[in-house]
Amino acid sequence: MPTNKVNVPNYRFIGKNYTTPDMVAKVTGKSKYAEDFRAEGMLFCKLLLSPMPHARVKRIDASKALALPGVKGILTADELPPPAAFITDDGVMIPPDPRAERGLTNEPLYQGEPILAVAAVDEETAAAAIELIEIDFERLPFAVDPLVTLSPGGPNTRNEGNVWVVPPPAPPKPGERPAGPLLPDVKEFKWTDAEYAEYKQGKLPVSKPSMEWSYGDIDAGFKKADLVMDETFVTPNTSDQTLETRTAMAYWQNGKLFVHCSTQSTAQTVPAIARWMSMDTTNVVVISEYTGGGFGSKVTSGIILTVPALLSKKVNAPVMLRISREEEHFLGRARPGLHGRMKAGFTKDGRIVALDMFVVCDGGPYGPQGDANASGRIVSLCYTPENMRWRGINVITNTPPRGPQSQPGGAQGVMIMEPLLSNAARKLGLDQVAIRRINAPSGKAGIGPAIKGKRDHVTSAFVPEALDKGAELFRWNERKNQTKKSGTKARGIGVAVSAYSAGSIGFDGLFVIKPDGKIYVQTGIGNLGTEAMIDCQRVVAEVLGVPWERLEITWGSTAKHLPWSCPSGGSQTIHAMTRAAHAVSMDAKLKLQEIAAMDLGGKPEDYEVGGERVYRKGGGAGMSLAQAAQRAIKLGGKYDGHELPPEIAKMTKASATALAGQGLLAVAKDKYKRDGISNSYVAGFAEVEVDLETGTYRITDYVGVADVGTVIHPRAFGGQMFGRTSLGWGHALAQKWVYDQHYGAPLAKRFYQNRPPTILDVPVSNFKWAAVDIPDPETPVGARGIGEPPVGAGASAVLNALADALGEQIYRRAPVTADIILMALETGKPGDEPLTAHI
Amino acid sequence: MAVIRDVMPAFELFQPATTDDALALLAKYGSDAWVLAGGLDSFDWLKDRIKRPKVVVDMSQASGLRGIKEVNGGLEIGAMTTLTEVVRHPLVKEHFSLLAEGAELAASPQIRNQGTIGGNVSQDTRCWYYRSGWKCYRAGGNICFADTPTAINREHAILDADRCVAVNPSDSAPALIALDAQMVIRGPGGERVVNAQDYFVGPDINIMRMTVLKPNELLTAIRIPGTWGGAKFYFEKIRDRQVWDFPLVNVAAAMKVSGGKIDQIRIAVNGVAARPLRLTAVESAVIGKPADAATGEMAGKIAIQGAVALRFNAYKIPLLRNLVKRAIGGVQEAAWKS
Repeated sequence: MPTNKVNVPNYRFIGKNYTTPDMVAKVTGKSKYAEDFRAEGMLFCKLLLSPMPHARVKRIDASKALALPGVKGILTADELPPPAAFITDDGVMIPPDPRAERGLTNEPLYQGEPILAVAAVDEETAAAAIELIEIDFERLPFAVDPLVTLSPGGPNTRNEGNVWVVPPPAPPKPGERPAGPLLPDVKEFKWTDAEYAEYKQGKLPVSKPSMEWSYGDIDAGFKKADLVMDETFVTPNTSDQTLETRTAMAYWQNGKLFVHCSTQSTAQTVPAIARWMSMDTTNVVVISEYTGGGFGSKVTSGIILTVPALLSKKVNAPVMLRISREEEHFLGRARPGLHGRMKAGFTKDGRIVALDMFVVCDGGPYGPQGDANASGRIVSLCYTPENMRWRGINVITNTPPRGPQSQPGGAQGVMIMEPLLSNAARKLGLDQVAIRRINAPSGKAGIGPAIKGKRDHVTSAFVPEALDKGAELFRWNERKNQTKKSGTKARGIGVAVSAYSAGSIGFDGLFVIKPDGKIYVQTGIGNLGTEAMIDCQRVVAEVLGVPWERLEITWGSTAKHLPWSCPSGGSQTIHAMTRAAHAVSMDAKLKLQEIAAMDLGGKPEDYEVGGERVYRKGGGAGMSLAQAAQRAIKLGGKYDGHELPPEIAKMTKASATALAGQGLLAVAKDKYKRDGISNSYVAGFAEVEVDLETGTYRITDYVGVADVGTVIHPRAFGGQMFGRTSLGWGHALAQKWVYDQHYGAPLAKRFYQNRPPTILDVPVSNFKWAAVDIPDPETPVGARGIGEPPVGAGASAVLNALADALGEQIYRRAPVTADIILMALETGKPGDEPLTAHI
Repeated sequence: MAVIRDVMPAFELFQPATTDDALALLAKYGSDAWVLAGGLDSFDWLKDRIKRPKVVVDMSQASGLRGIKEVNGGLEIGAMTTLTEVVRHPLVKEHFSLLAEGAELAASPQIRNQGTIGGNVSQDTRCWYYRSGWKCYRAGGNICFADTPTAINREHAILDADRCVAVNPSDSAPALIALDAQMVIRGPGGERVVNAQDYFVGPDINIMRMTVLKPNELLTAIRIPGTWGGAKFYFEKIRDRQVWDFPLVNVAAAMKVSGGKIDQIRIAVNGVAARPLRLTAVESAVIGKPADAATGEMAGKIAIQGAVALRFNAYKIPLLRNLVKRAIGGVQEAAWKS
């Protein structure tokens, strides 16, 4: 039985830079993404998107379209399989959800929702056919602003109501498994007139919540407080905007469905497709060798891939659906904006003794999203309030579906809290680093609500250390006293703390040591550009002491016998899959020792593995990995994969069975113990310079220090720090949605209109990153993920720096663009419409 | 009938080698034809299937329209010269750096490699209602969607609006007006030359077009006289992103200063009206005055006279004021190194 083991300092591969084996293909254009595949007789399809934000399809006449030469078929929502119940690998039954999103619909809930698809010999013919379709709609009420539908007399966004309510799960009967989650329900909820009046004053009304949790006693906390702050802040809705759109190509062979798609998880997309298609998982093959970005929007690809899959079956030919940039705006998922009202009580020394947080989540039509709840959990972890209550409402809006985006909910929570924290420090006369340090999580810090009086805790946190290191690298104390205003320029500095989940557990590792002496590693992790898929395998080389070049890594097609792996979302991979890699390496090591003992005498523990050999400790007899592989085949049983451990997942078992007999087969599930929930942390420090005559500003300097445990691959880590921080900066600088509320229509559908940050908007040469380099004690190589917390730190450090430069009365929402700053400087107060969505 | 966007339909493509051949094609196909320069504006329209020409006349093979030559101390720039070529040309940089600055702030390096100076000055507005294919005044309808109580119009006009509140997004246009450039136009009747400031039209003159160019005409060249060569120039563009973004407001000024006083000046702005505006009232008010902050303040206030804010674009008024102020009085930089 493996046990936890913290960091062995003299690593040969871990913590060292190297070039991943997929790199040359990427930089030479040889890598094949979903769109690059072709199949014999392949057709293309195009989508008809709803022109209305909420409507019912009354009539479709496709006769002219079907008569167009080259058109091969049409697919409507009537031909989709009905929503089916789904049983997870853990045996939990998820009931069929009639309100869940499907590939096509007869009741579009947002402008841009797909209604039907046409397959034709090429895209031009398919598009021309779409234009020949006569379609009639019945208009239905809609709202694109969550506060409009909450207003008294406001339109409902679904026919039954406008907010999600999730019933609490029924308590399990004695001796039975706990039931699965219950389906979310839709209810109508409107503010009172008094609440509406508060909204009109620019404050988010704290109305009746649909979700609520707490710990401690906030009333007692507020009584202890020397300072109470109460602020409203609005975060933007931002599209995930992966550079590769969610294109998919599908075909059928012998009853098996083959899908080429773009996904954050090769392995876990199989059950997702099986569920959407009402099929058995054994009949689904996923091919995804390279994925052009995910950010959480492609955790198991996207349900739109069911359209080419079903059309392919119907017209009996492979079908490619290339998603255009406009379609990606609608289908590509987005971060839900949160409206937050935060009341916080501080002692004189800056300690948060009470926090009362209320959020309204702009959740789009399908949901509910987890962002609202996550915002509260992350705030409770980042700033460790002694007593806290979190309440929220998940509002349904007629805008594109939301989904996770790097640090989902956490980024919004940090963005709502950080400006208030900065203002509190100013009021209390405290240093901005000091107020964060006194509230920083350290050790096994608590997270989220108290359930039966007990709160969950994290595996570890070293945030004070991150703040100290960052303050030093940024020269915080020196800069604190620098001149703030000169000529037409003002400058300011800001610091922010951020956290998010950083690792799951319980996945499988699988590889074969073949008679050529090489190690053939199988992985079901998605290859979405973070390099984590490869980086995790460094652990195999490390534990077995073999040169990295002796590993051959197979990924990208579930036809190639891949093990059950975590999805590369929520920064799980580097934590979960280094554990799995460690577990499977230990399995290989033990099998090698046993084989050596069998052949050469002695006990297994007398043998060492290293230098591509297994050999008797202190020198003497041994055999090469190649010889051991041959012996494993002769021995059979567990040594070559003919006997498998019972605890590995169904997919792993099938893959190991297919690979059995080829060499020494190592397979194991990560069963390492873990005390706590794995989270990672970033302390971000920013300097901005503002032009007081134009309202424009630049980020002139940035330092990010991460508490992520052991860094596996420094260059990839630096890439994540820079990339995810840039994603966060975008939320402060310019990125947003724009909607005309009267028509429910999006106006900023292209990059130049919705403005994600470019490389020239971010301080490329003035960006420093570092890690505290303290291994997490609850995982074998001490590594946690890094993909999430840089976002909130990046956004909030910039917002705080702006307030330092210009004062508090500048913004009440993000992004903070030149118009907001200039008007605030002109009028001396923040903008007139702080709560209106999508402006 | 249903609508689909972001898929380019088929069209017949012509790539004439000469202007005469191009004009013959325009004469032959009339309103079915579309003139293509660099394609950065055109391809958006074509991909969105909102403009549906049967014939596209691609000018990229008309080599006579490409290049920059010196003429009488000034320059003649072929309409098909790319923005990158304009920006990098030694004579532009040496004598007319105002144009180099404006052109270099347009779009992104990739777009400037493909986009042409002729296309940049002749491009359509980017009003997002109009570009979404909504049937507004400019598209032949009878409403301006950007000027309603619910409209989102942060990027729209504060001056000279007439039913339509769209703005001209060109960065090179105000520089050319400030340099007193001339636009050379060829049509069935031969060549005509118009001053840069008269090349552009507002909605009061023609609500469906941005320039005086007729459908059967081609902009062939832009002439910059030597008059303003080496003058004191100022160009500034304010945008949300530092690359690949249209101006919220931009300003271009050419000044001749002697003894600290402004002898001559031409100043133009864009992003505030449907056409780039030459600020003649500012010009006459500042001549003879010192090129300093006080004159700049005065000029800024004159520039915004008559400006009317919509729901979300009130910021453009102080922004225009401050940019004009800086164009004349300069920028007071910080004591620290920015």
